[in-house]
Amino acid sequence: MARFVLRRAVGSVVLVVVAVSLAYLLAATALHPRANFEGRSPRPPERVIDARLTELNLNDRTPLPDRYAVWVTGLLRGDLGRDFDGDPVAGELGRRIWVSLRLLLIGTVLGGVLGVALGACSAVRQYRLSDRLITLASFVVLAVPVFVLAVLLQMGAQKVNDATGTRIFQWAGQDGLSHLVLPTVTIVLAQVAVYSRYQRSMMLDVLSADFVRTARAKGLRRGTALRRHALRTAVIPMTTYFAYNLGLLLLGAVFIEKIFGWHGMGEWLIDSIGRGDVNAVAAFDLFAAGLVLVAGLLADLAQAALDPRVRVSR
Amino acid sequence: MNALEVGDLRVRFGEVPAVRGVGFAVAPGEVLGLVGESGSGKSVTGLAVMGLLPARATVTGSVRLRGAELLGGTDRELSRVRGRDLAMIFQDPQSALTPVHRIGDQIAEAVRAHGGTTRSRAWRRALDLLDLVGVPDAARAARAYPHQFSGGMRQRVMIAMAVAHDPAVIIADEPTTALDVTVQAQVLEVLKTARQATGAAILMITHDLGVVAGLADRVLVMYAGRVVESGTAEEVFYRPRMPYTIGLLAATPLLDGGPPVPIPGGPPPSGALPPGCPFEPRCRYASAPCRTTEPSLTERAACHNPQRPQPRPAEGPGVRRTRSADVILQVTGLRRAYGAVQAVDGVDFEVRAGETLALVGESGCGKTTTLMEILALAAPQAGRIVVLGRDVSALPRQARQELRRDLQIVFQDPAAALDPRMRIADLLAEPLRAHGVAEPEVERRVCELLGLVGLDPDFAGRFPRGLSGGQRQRIGIARALALRPRLIVLDEPVSALDVSVQAGIMDLLATLQLNLGVAYLIVAHDLAVVRHLADRVAVMYLGRIAEIGSVEAVYGTPAHPYTRALLSAIPVPDPRLERGRSRVLLPGDPPGPARAPAGCRFRARCPLHTELGAADRERCAAEEPRLRPAGAGAGADQSVACHYSEGLIR
Ligand code: SF4
Ligand code: SF4
Repeated sequence: MARFVLRRAVGSVVLVVVAVSLAYLLAATALHPRANFEGRSPRPPERVIDARLTELNLNDRTPLPDRYAVWVTGLLRGDLGRDFDGDPVAGELGRRIWVSLRLLLIGTVLGGVLGVALGACSAVRQYRLSDRLITLASFVVLAVPVFVLAVLLQMGAQKVNDATGTRIFQWAGQDGLSHLVLPTVTIVLAQVAVYSRYQRSMMLDVLSADFVRTARAKGLRRGTALRRHALRTAVIPMTTYFAYNLGLLLLGAVFIEKIFGWHGMGEWLIDSIGRGDVNAVAAFDLFAAGLVLVAGLLADLAQAALDPRVRVSR
Repeated sequence: MNALEVGDLRVRFGEVPAVRGVGFAVAPGEVLGLVGESGSGKSVTGLAVMGLLPARATVTGSVRLRGAELLGGTDRELSRVRGRDLAMIFQDPQSALTPVHRIGDQIAEAVRAHGGTTRSRAWRRALDLLDLVGVPDAARAARAYPHQFSGGMRQRVMIAMAVAHDPAVIIADEPTTALDVTVQAQVLEVLKTARQATGAAILMITHDLGVVAGLADRVLVMYAGRVVESGTAEEVFYRPRMPYTIGLLAATPLLDGGPPVPIPGGPPPSGALPPGCPFEPRCRYASAPCRTTEPSLTERAACHNPQRPQPRPAEGPGVRRTRSADVILQVTGLRRAYGAVQAVDGVDFEVRAGETLALVGESGCGKTTTLMEILALAAPQAGRIVVLGRDVSALPRQARQELRRDLQIVFQDPAAALDPRMRIADLLAEPLRAHGVAEPEVERRVCELLGLVGLDPDFAGRFPRGLSGGQRQRIGIARALALRPRLIVLDEPVSALDVSVQAGIMDLLATLQLNLGVAYLIVAHDLAVVRHLADRVAVMYLGRIAEIGSVEAVYGTPAHPYTRALLSAIPVPDPRLERGRSRVLLPGDPPGPARAPAGCRFRARCPLHTELGAADRERCAAEEPRLRPAGAGAGADQSVACHYSEGLIR
């Protein structure tokens, strides 16, 4: 098992390097940090702009391979470069990473658990009213883009605030719990919708499985047999979906952070793109790639933990 | 008091009746055999007694366990009874255990389901139960997961769970159907042990008359959702009254005695039963009342005109031909490995014009791999395959295409082998068109083919969906015949069919061979079927041929200890014979195709080996036996791969 994890980890690092390099090159080609100076008045002399851009390793007149080389050398030393204001990117990354992870983690865990539970219930009550309601609700959420969902929730929260004359829900500042509620709810809702769909179909597959019948023949109540045998088996494929789904989740989180003024990685990315901040964008990609790969590894570990058949064949 | 009493049990799925008024009683310690073909309602009856039918089934009647009514009980009430007083063993050991829980935990769960024990006590009881059902090294086995167990071992686990609470009644639904025959013999022994240990009444649901003959005190025969015959095992087997029972017994292939006699047609679909006796369309003895009134079950049989069994026709009319000199297929030294797994490990045989060779053996013996290698018409990993005088490894494309016409296949599962969206006419025309036969000729040939396999020409316009299993297999055979091949390869051609239909397909194959002179290479696991289908038989074990020869020689004087064990493991549908005979019980499971051990690969399970002297055993361990003529009479067509087979033949 340890060997397997090690092999996976090494392979992952290679993948991260490739992915992040490609992302850097793309960002460096597509973004124009020079444009930031254009609107300034008085416009600084060309020479000063060049010097400043070169200092930040953002000068589009430096050949791309050279800029890439500087960036990589920095990266190897643990230096992610500087943002447009000249502050180290690493510092900003460190500040924002936990802010985002908190949101993502709660979203994933709550979304996963609720989604699995809801999907399983839905399958057990197939075609009854509760199943139809859950199905309808999840399709509605799935059909609405995350940022629309976020805005809708925000409007609803505003109404509640106005009606009660309080500030139960907030989306400005960094006031902890009450600020966390809306973005988390948005993420969780979207996650629950996805996971419950997956889990419902997985669960339907095993509802009439022979081993569930065996469990009931032993004298287990229907509910117990379904929980311990059907759900326990049907939850295994969810680990794989979890890994696939993370990319989508990340994308959603970017919009959600921006909309709710959550000062995390997503908001940073959008702001950085606006400013042509190549180094910051590259840092975000590093974060995203790392996250996706860690998720893949976790998914594999979880699958091995849940499924003895996978464990032995390795 | 009876352990279980079922009265006027009826089950409907929507508008379709599956069980139509079944009643019986089982006394403590008694074994009641419930026999029937697929769709007869026997398994549904079992599940209805357990209360485990899906919610869309409507169940009426009464099910009394030791006098207490179960039908209509809530899940809470029934779950107190299930597993404690009323246990069930299911058919498919592949899927009946939860793949993600340890064997020991699953048994312990059964122990704990009815309260009163601690976790560790339950685990210890699980180990005892594993011991009882003969799982070796229980402590280790309990920590294993189902996928690490063979089918036979899993079925033992099922039995262990069933007997955990000394139930009053055990329902066994086809408990050995999915198992190899030597393993079936073991599991039946375990079932007998379990019965003795618990004193439970057993309801034995099966299609296999042999299994019932060995085990059951009384027998019920079901047809179209009703009991059509009941009696003691002796009565039902020796003095059947109902024409269906008589037909079923006559259709069962035997290891000795005459050929099986088919029952015409197939069982009626349960949605569209005829108004009178459901067996009427297939019954030779039908009279006017049979068409209008369904007979009710009297003393023994549900029939207006009870009959007596006819003696079986004697062995075929002496059509055992002399072997042709024309070799159609020659296989020499064939080997096939998948990675480290040696599936076929040096196999030689030939098939001559107009004859049938059957490859038999248990799962993992390499018979199917051998077949696939031949069908590939490509260079094998090692060895030579010569079809119609041409070595397939050196064939140009064009010639290979030509050769494909002469080599056709019939699959086991006719439902899976036919494209459901194509009409029968197109299914039969497909190979013809692919080989460029002109259109008017195609049409004529399709009609001719339908005639050959005994189907009306109007089948041409129908789809496979509307056909019964037997009819579909006939289409499969017609399709194989389309290009007038010289050799047809048949993979378990009748094993998916009901006994009453099997015999008809076997008849058809024999007739076609006689008229068309086509040769068959058959892969099958059922030795009784093979005896009536084949001229020659090759018994395979772990990638090699253990014994090969004419059917008369191999079945009459089996030379290899493995052949003997196989033959002795098959349950015969004759209660006195079945109970009277002693079995060679092989230990262990048929090994998977792994790297073969040095020396004789059958050694670990060989009953003869254990009786040998030390020096002789040495030889078995050191030297792999080669095929050599068996000692029985010079000139007999029989070879055996065993050093000491003479010790067996007398
Ligand atoms: S009732 Fe009539 S049709 Fe039915 S089995 Fe008896 S004789 Fe045949
Ligand atoms: S060679 Fe020895 S071990 Fe092999 S079958 Fe014969 S007696 Fe048994």
